[in-house]
Amino acid sequence: MTMAKVLLIDDEAGFLDVLSKRLETRNLSIVTALSGEAGLKALAKDHALDVVILDVKMPGLDGIQTLQMIKKDFPLAEVIMLTGHATVETAIEGMKLGAFDYLMKPCDIDLLVQKVQEAKEKKAKHEEKIVQAQLKEITSRMA
Amino acid sequence: MAKCSVIQGEAQRQQAGKRLEYAKFRRAMTLVVTAVSMTPLLLLSAVLYFSYHAVYEGKVFDHLEAVVERHALAIDEFLFERRQNVRMQVDSYTYEQLRDESLLNDRLRKMQSNYSNDYVDLGLVDEKGLQPAYAGPFRLLQADYGAAPWFRQAIAEDRFISDVFSGIRGTPHFIVTARGRKTGGEAFILRATIDFAHFNERVRQIRMGTTGLAFLVNRQGEFQTNLRPDETVDHEALAAITALDFGKGLPRHLEKANAQNRTMIYVAYPLKMKDWILVFQQERHEAFAHLYNAQLISVSVLLLGGLAIVGTALALIRRMVQRISVAEQDQEVLQKQVVETGKLAAIGELAAGIAHEINNPLAIMVEHAGWIDDLMKGENTSGMKNFQEMQNSLKEIEIQGRRCKEITHKLLSFARRTDSRVQETQLNDLMQEVAGVSAQKARYGNTIIRLELDPDLPTVHISPTEMQQVLLNLVNNAIDAMNKPEGVIVMRSHQDDSWVVLEVEDNGQGIPQANMARIFEPFFTTKAVGKGTGLGLSICYGIIDKSGGTISVDSTPGQGTSFTVRLPATLPAAADEQQTESIPNKGD
Repeated sequence: MTMAKVLLIDDEAGFLDVLSKRLETRNLSIVTALSGEAGLKALAKDHALDVVILDVKMPGLDGIQTLQMIKKDFPLAEVIMLTGHATVETAIEGMKLGAFDYLMKPCDIDLLVQKVQEAKEKKAKHEEKIVQAQLKEITSRMA
Repeated sequence: MAKCSVIQGEAQRQQAGKRLEYAKFRRAMTLVVTAVSMTPLLLLSAVLYFSYHAVYEGKVFDHLEAVVERHALAIDEFLFERRQNVRMQVDSYTYEQLRDESLLNDRLRKMQSNYSNDYVDLGLVDEKGLQPAYAGPFRLLQADYGAAPWFRQAIAEDRFISDVFSGIRGTPHFIVTARGRKTGGEAFILRATIDFAHFNERVRQIRMGTTGLAFLVNRQGEFQTNLRPDETVDHEALAAITALDFGKGLPRHLEKANAQNRTMIYVAYPLKMKDWILVFQQERHEAFAHLYNAQLISVSVLLLGGLAIVGTALALIRRMVQRISVAEQDQEVLQKQVVETGKLAAIGELAAGIAHEINNPLAIMVEHAGWIDDLMKGENTSGMKNFQEMQNSLKEIEIQGRRCKEITHKLLSFARRTDSRVQETQLNDLMQEVAGVSAQKARYGNTIIRLELDPDLPTVHISPTEMQQVLLNLVNNAIDAMNKPEGVIVMRSHQDDSWVVLEVEDNGQGIPQANMARIFEPFFTTKAVGKGTGLGLSICYGIIDKSGGTISVDSTPGQGTSFTVRLPATLPAAADEQQTESIPNKGD
């Protein structure tokens, strides 16, 4: 049983490759995407994805734009921003737009796994609340 | 980037060009101002000069003519009277009576006593020119005037006045005659001699100044009065005067240069039925002495006034050009500051770009190292003889990766701030940052940077980017000034009353006394051509000055230099005031 299903979005294939391998050894299920667009397609295909690890600086859709679209189309997915730019402004903007947290590249792998876990827990709580709300609705309808 | 760096030589060339331009501008302005102010002055002066000259000349001639006319009329009157006297004798007595010498003597005495001593003698001359009766001091009884030119004229006219001549007696005189008739009908004349000396005096008394004199000439240009030996009359002028046509009887004047090349003025008036001409001559220079004086004064005033105008124009324009030059220089410095700031921003952007590009491969490298680490954990490593070495290498890769990360992050954070927004700034942080950035450069110069910071330093209201620039400039200068292996740069901060004081002290070569006064001047540099713009310290000065602070320098050649920056601290009391100011800044 995997701890969480993670979508990794980064334009650097080398980074994507090694990071996904490392995360997989830490009991995470990984899907990768080389761009924001590809990431959104992957999300649409697989609704079981829990957490998105998103690079801020990318060609095409950049991190912030991708984040906005993820939050619009898949509000339950939690996003961790990964930034090479130590711009506090971008991080703050990402948080304002609903990102779960941000980390600076290169990041400590254990810290990243910890963040993923926290994000997953938050998502699970959300989902549970939704399920219970639906249950309540169904039971009230039955009564 | 090449455009930004102004090489010292080019700056000097530009300045030389500017100076030339200013000189040209100053010349043009001076010319225009002088022309505009002098032209009306000169025109006015010329108009006044010529009209005044004409009027004054007219007045002078009028005056002279009036004087000459008065005298001429008086002389004419005198001659007329003499003629009348003689006429009266002829009318009162017959030829026979006049032949009686005692009567003649009696008449002469009477005429002499009645009409001053103008009469010298009286003589009766018959129609043949013989003088049968004579009264007077000379022995002229029975003198024969039959051949004398005057006798022929006198016998033909009722009354007659001769020109001056020497005659029998040998002294200059002239005679007045009246013609009568004997009982037989033959003509006779009574002749009276006029005292020439006396008459001469009458004319000679018309004098003016030192060169003004009067004389009588007849139509042939022969003098009828005496001239003193020192008095001369130009021949040409005389010829011109005798040729004058006195159709209207008015006095005439003319001007002529004499042999000595001095312009003389002549005023002539005819008398004795236009036989004689009374001439007054005077040197023009004397006659118009007042005019020439006035001219001298006005020309002096004009010259002095002109000088004053030109001087004032020069001074004003010089000052104006100086002002413009200073303003332009200020603007240039400002422009350089903008360029310099822009340069820094460009460098920052470049650094950020490079840092980002390096950061990505770095991240991959670090991840791969981590991945190897992960893999090794899953392997049976007991059989690997160099396992420990590998482990150490991996650790080292990780440590160095972290170090690179720190560098790129520092570069990125340094490049981030490129604005001049004023905000509450803790200068200790800036000093640490600058010391960190400059440490590498300092190490190459065998110099260490030491920080001695006051932990309780109050904040300062200043743009952190600009302050960073100031500190970087000071530290870079300090590093450049090092010429020995044990270079030490101390960055110090402390509080002094309401001031935050920063010091950047080095133990380098120091600043020569001669350069001390100029180091904050723009474009002043001691670095090699192309190595320094000479703007660094002037920009520092500008930034600190703008922030209400001061920057000063203390240097001992060979010992080191210390720059001291004093900035007003944000004190609790002042903080409230500045709070309101800083709100808009926080908004953006």
